[in-house]
Amino acid sequence: MALAATIVVDGLIYASWLFVVALGLTLVFGVLQILNIAHGSLYAVGAYAAASAVGLFASLGFAPVFSLLAMLLAAMAVALILGPILERGLLRLFYGRGEVVLLLVTYALFLILEDAVKLIWGVNPYYVSEPYQLFGNVAIGPLFYVGYDFALVVLAILCGAAVWFGLNRTAVGKIVLAVIHNHEMSASMGVNVNRVHWMAFTFGVFLAALGGAFTAPMISVQPGISVSVIIVSFAVVIIGGLGSVEGAAIGAVTVGLARAAAVHLLPEAELFSIYLVMAAVLIFRPEGLFQRAAARKI
Amino acid sequence: MSTGMPFRWLRRPTLACAFSLAALLQGAAQAQDSFKLGIVTFLSGPAAESFGVPARHGAEFVIGELNKGSAPAPYNKVGFGGLKIEPVFVDENGGATKQVQELRNLYQRENVDAVVGYISSGDCLAVAPAAEELKRFLILFDCGTPRIFEEAQYKYVFRTAAHATQDNVALGRYMKSRNVKVGTFNMINQDYAWGHDSKADFVATMQQLYPDAKPQADLLPKFGAGQYGTEISALAREKADVIYSSLWGGDLQAFILQAAPRGLFQNSQLVLSAADHVLPSLGEKMPNGAIIGARGAYGLMSPKTPLNDWFFNGYQAQRNVWPVQGAYRITQALLGLKVAVEKAMEQNGGKKPTPEQLAAAMENSEWESPGGKIQMKLGNGHQAIQPIAIGRTRYDPAKKMVILEDIQHFEAECVNPPAHMKSIDWIKAGFPGAKCDGRT
Repeated sequence: MALAATIVVDGLIYASWLFVVALGLTLVFGVLQILNIAHGSLYAVGAYAAASAVGLFASLGFAPVFSLLAMLLAAMAVALILGPILERGLLRLFYGRGEVVLLLVTYALFLILEDAVKLIWGVNPYYVSEPYQLFGNVAIGPLFYVGYDFALVVLAILCGAAVWFGLNRTAVGKIVLAVIHNHEMSASMGVNVNRVHWMAFTFGVFLAALGGAFTAPMISVQPGISVSVIIVSFAVVIIGGLGSVEGAAIGAVTVGLARAAAVHLLPEAELFSIYLVMAAVLIFRPEGLFQRAAARKI
Repeated sequence: MSTGMPFRWLRRPTLACAFSLAALLQGAAQAQDSFKLGIVTFLSGPAAESFGVPARHGAEFVIGELNKGSAPAPYNKVGFGGLKIEPVFVDENGGATKQVQELRNLYQRENVDAVVGYISSGDCLAVAPAAEELKRFLILFDCGTPRIFEEAQYKYVFRTAAHATQDNVALGRYMKSRNVKVGTFNMINQDYAWGHDSKADFVATMQQLYPDAKPQADLLPKFGAGQYGTEISALAREKADVIYSSLWGGDLQAFILQAAPRGLFQNSQLVLSAADHVLPSLGEKMPNGAIIGARGAYGLMSPKTPLNDWFFNGYQAQRNVWPVQGAYRITQALLGLKVAVEKAMEQNGGKKPTPEQLAAAMENSEWESPGGKIQMKLGNGHQAIQPIAIGRTRYDPAKKMVILEDIQHFEAECVNPPAHMKSIDWIKAGFPGAKCDGRT
């Protein structure tokens, strides 16, 4: 029983981290039909920006609790600067040329951003572990957890709820859903599709950067952190169905629990467990758990 | 005007030919005056900061000193036997397939005279057969898997640093000599050649030195995992006297940053086979009392010799941080290559040696390095053994750095197998022929 509880707690903590990143990935795909490989680099930029912002706040004499605000502002700054530039300045030029071309463009962007990060922040690691201590420790059974891990769970729930509410209960959300369903029809009804595109992409960048910013206190921020997150995030959105918010949530929890169970019960199968779940879903539902099969437009 | 045209027609090709010939001659002269050296190390990716970049900085310092002729004796001759060293740096990031292609480019396009490189065990296993096929000289300077020369034989390939066996045997011997209680031990290692080989050596060593100790959790997260929350729960759930790990670089830093606040190291002795390189960056976040190795007698555990003073102080002055294992290991490779080039040149009348002459000079050679004597005693004279040191961490608030204390040095023959014996067989046989403190 204690083992089951540990697996659930570990799985949910891992899933919350994964969900914040995967949510941005699936949102961008849903609106722009872009499988954004550079999403991992934007996560890394968020982590670096958060490291710099927390350092700046500390040097200005702010109390440690303000480091959370610093991380949030860093993610917003990354999104507001990079989102419009990348969507309007680069991706827009390749719309209509097929998903494969856009995939290659985002891969190129991934490589460019990797080097840009090194140019700006160098290759030495950054540490911002102060926020990690803010919430103290929590005892669950015989094990101690860091309170920050549970703050991440709350953050993931807030992000998921905000995106769901925004899409389903607001006028802007209805417009975005209309664009997701049919670009041309939305444009003919007077929707400014270009604006929806850059806004959705910028929000996707914000979620990637937010994931990186709130992960920064748990790791040493250094070159290379973007690769592992993007691979697992792809698994999550494929399990849930590309473009589905609910799917990303279920996919993240599924991957988190599968991985936690494997680490505790069969550590050799840790990586295998994630892709086993993905393969099983694809066999029975090739479009993912929450994606309806759609007729192809001719 | 009419007389000028033929002159121009003549002049252009003539000038072009003259420039081409001059360039060729200059190139030929340069090829004889310099030794072009390919250096492959991680310049990007998770292994860059703690291994690849210090290795590059170490290479730049040593090559600069050698080219000026200002290294201490017996390395005070300019460059390699009077040939200026001309380094070509290549990034090791990108995987084994890319590295094989890059190695071919170095030999066939850049026309390098030799290559020194490779930190990743996976890359070493991939590039060694490629160099052999091309019949070009290659020194592997860092990677740890024992399999390279235990599962194949090479003529043109050498490794100038000891493999991972010594790290784990030395850790076991250190714990035994310090009476560390080990009834049970947990392990966390990366899921690739280095992690698996290190784990196998450590488990076999424990079976010899602590026959009653029971291995428990055996975790193998992927390289670059970043998130270790679940693994930390698994390690905490199966309480053990010792937690062993061969994690390194960003993975080791993330593991320590996440595990220390959860109290994982309060009830278990932390034992790390290759952790010196994270001490400068982790600082006070590094737990006190951890038993760590540096894959040699390097950095804060290096011997007090004029050669080490030259390297340690020179590097520190240039980079404002003390040198870690990556910098030491590339230095011993470059000094070994210098010895081999100069020996080969002595035997061929002072000309630049061919790969065959270089390989013959390198085989079974010995030389002094900042970390101690390097001896090419294993793998038919192609694999080095070297001394190693183990110590315990303590953060010194006055110095604002982690220091190492209770350091124990081990002779090379105490922690490495004899020639013609596989490492794992040697450990399982109870270390036959090991010479510790001058005794067998």
